[in-house]
Amino acid sequence: MKHTFSLLVENTFGAFDRVATLFSAKGFNLHSISIGETEIRDISRMTIVISGEAKVVEQAEKQLNRLVDTVKVVDLTKSQRVERELALISVNYKRRSLEEIKNICDVFRGKVVDINNKTITLEVTGPPAKMEAIVNVLSPFGIIEMARSGTVALKRGEQQKAPQKEYLHSN
Amino acid sequence: MKKTKKKLNGAQIFFECLKRENVEVIFGYPGGSTLKIYEELYDVDFLTHILPRHEQGATHMAEGYAKATGKVGVVLVTSGPGATNTVTGIANAYLDSSPIVVFTGQVPTHLIGNDAFQEADIVGITRPITKHNFQVRDIHDLAMTIRKAFYLARTGRPGPVLVDLPKDMIHSEIEFEFPEKIELRGYKPTYTGHHNQIKKAASIIQKAKRPVLYVGGGVIMSNGSDELRTLAKEYNLPVTMTLQGLGAFPADDKLSLGMLGMHGTYYANQAVMNSDVLISLGARFDDRVTGKVDTFATDAYKIHVDIDPASIDKNVLVDLPIVGDVRIILTELLNELKEKRDTKDWLDQINKWKQTYPLQYEKGDGILRTACVIERISEKTKGHAVVISDVGQHQMWCAQYYKFKNPRSHITSGGLGTMGFSLPAAIGASFGVKDRPIVSICGDGGFQMNIQELITAVAHKIPLKIFIINNSYLGMVRQWQELFHQGKYSFTDLDSDNPNFVKLAQALGIPAYSTDNPDEVDDLLDSAFAINDKPVLIEFKVEKEENVFPMVPSGASISDMIINKPKSKALKVA
Repeated sequence: MKHTFSLLVENTFGAFDRVATLFSAKGFNLHSISIGETEIRDISRMTIVISGEAKVVEQAEKQLNRLVDTVKVVDLTKSQRVERELALISVNYKRRSLEEIKNICDVFRGKVVDINNKTITLEVTGPPAKMEAIVNVLSPFGIIEMARSGTVALKRGEQQKAPQKEYLHSN
Repeated sequence: MKKTKKKLNGAQIFFECLKRENVEVIFGYPGGSTLKIYEELYDVDFLTHILPRHEQGATHMAEGYAKATGKVGVVLVTSGPGATNTVTGIANAYLDSSPIVVFTGQVPTHLIGNDAFQEADIVGITRPITKHNFQVRDIHDLAMTIRKAFYLARTGRPGPVLVDLPKDMIHSEIEFEFPEKIELRGYKPTYTGHHNQIKKAASIIQKAKRPVLYVGGGVIMSNGSDELRTLAKEYNLPVTMTLQGLGAFPADDKLSLGMLGMHGTYYANQAVMNSDVLISLGARFDDRVTGKVDTFATDAYKIHVDIDPASIDKNVLVDLPIVGDVRIILTELLNELKEKRDTKDWLDQINKWKQTYPLQYEKGDGILRTACVIERISEKTKGHAVVISDVGQHQMWCAQYYKFKNPRSHITSGGLGTMGFSLPAAIGASFGVKDRPIVSICGDGGFQMNIQELITAVAHKIPLKIFIINNSYLGMVRQWQELFHQGKYSFTDLDSDNPNFVKLAQALGIPAYSTDNPDEVDDLLDSAFAINDKPVLIEFKVEKEENVFPMVPSGASISDMIINKPKSKALKVA
């Protein structure tokens, strides 16, 4: 089963590598990993999607928690969440298929971000399942190149107040 | 807070920090990137600097010192090869949870990534084998980083921490202020166990009919030996120990079952497999302990006390985890336990197992055997020496036949199984322990892996007892070749190439003796223990093709032990 983890990590050099190294060292099955800034200056958020048996996933969560640079680990799979991914997809088109591709793009609420004589590039965002769907639909036209951001995710609903305070105290 | 600000360079800050951490000894090897530190060291008088003959030796020395004393072992090496030579020692300390801090020199920050002379990405290389590591990139962070390194190494589940020091960080100057507070928001080890879990554990232990205490290195690291002894003796609980747990409970106590697992005793494994409550204290259900995991103590209710949450349910699913410091939890557990329980029937059963298959070896045929040597050392030192074994057959015999009485007495490379560990680790231990004999026991193979450290022992006039158990083979590998690989002794026969160990030692000014006669062992040991101003070496030429038994074949259940030498030479693995 797939699990989505949200990690708050120290924004230090090596933090990302430490997480990545952990996955190869322990043999965990990693699907996607993304990292970016957060509302707190020196903390980054990593979203990690992994799969495996419950025991393996539990061990992965513990190992992530064990890293000194990891401030907090949340298994979002256990709660209501918003998951989004961004994909840029370049597709071959012929004159007669152009309209069809643009229609597909509309159905998936995507945007045309580039076009030339032979290829059209679409920008699509959405939950991971939607990404799989559009990739399937576009495949027959011939996908030339694709770039996907990996999943980013946040918990739904009311968030705990002032998370900064929780993370800024020292020990 | 102190406001005494003075301007110091990085090297001076380095030593100021070591002073505040009460460092008494460092194991270091100078080089291009650390010249400034060594310039400063010239006038430092609060610590002793030990020069090993190889950086790997330095890391094992630091670990030996740390294991013997409970203090943090400190290593200082230069960049590039100096740093990469520490890798095995760091990995060893990581797997055995030993608190060491390794300082590595590094090329100046502006050259990092340029393939500069003696540059190695040691932070990248050691990331998976350190508890944490740092590279100092701003001189203002230097003191705080060193402070964090020591704090991380010794707290929680201890482990190695590496601090990489680019040359410009050592040279530049700032106003120094020692950071009184550490900020590590992602690191909060749990020490106090969950109260209700401890209460529950107490009630289960009181109802247990066939309880066993399964004790690991965590008991020794948390200084929980006294509490363990109280628990076992007050409530008549039999105790079995892992390789790293030996010494936590006296081997000669009637409640002791010795070591469990692959080369453990028959009765320890039987007791564990037939227990109804298994209380694991600071042990991690390692594969050498459990054998085939699915069959391990299946009827037992398992209580697991460990400071590392990641150890819980990692190899074996447990019924009652308690995360925290073993000593603190044992103290609370002792408060919770009320009535004393009668475990006589269970102890009688265990005694029967003890009588069925005691640890034994052949005697009286004039052939010298390792078990005999170890037994004599154990009796000569009354179980009070600090014994540092290497890796292989002699290590297992040492665990079986040396009757350890005290914690921090048995130092060995358990998790990584690093040949060549013993000699340098024993040298390190000797700088922390002055009131007990330090005994290094090596095989003829492992001894040659860090043989250069003999020179360090001579240079510092260390009264080290070096006992080489020479069976002319890489014995443990040979044993497996005999039992499971059709008796093909592929590259394990050292006989024709082994040096003359006595002459070799004598060339370095070390008194040395050799024997293959069981009747000479006592006299030689007496003369060795009489020497107290320099190292001494004895080579024991033992039976060449002796096997360590009992033994659980790899992948088998620990209830399926090979007790004696099998008749047919090649055995199949189940």
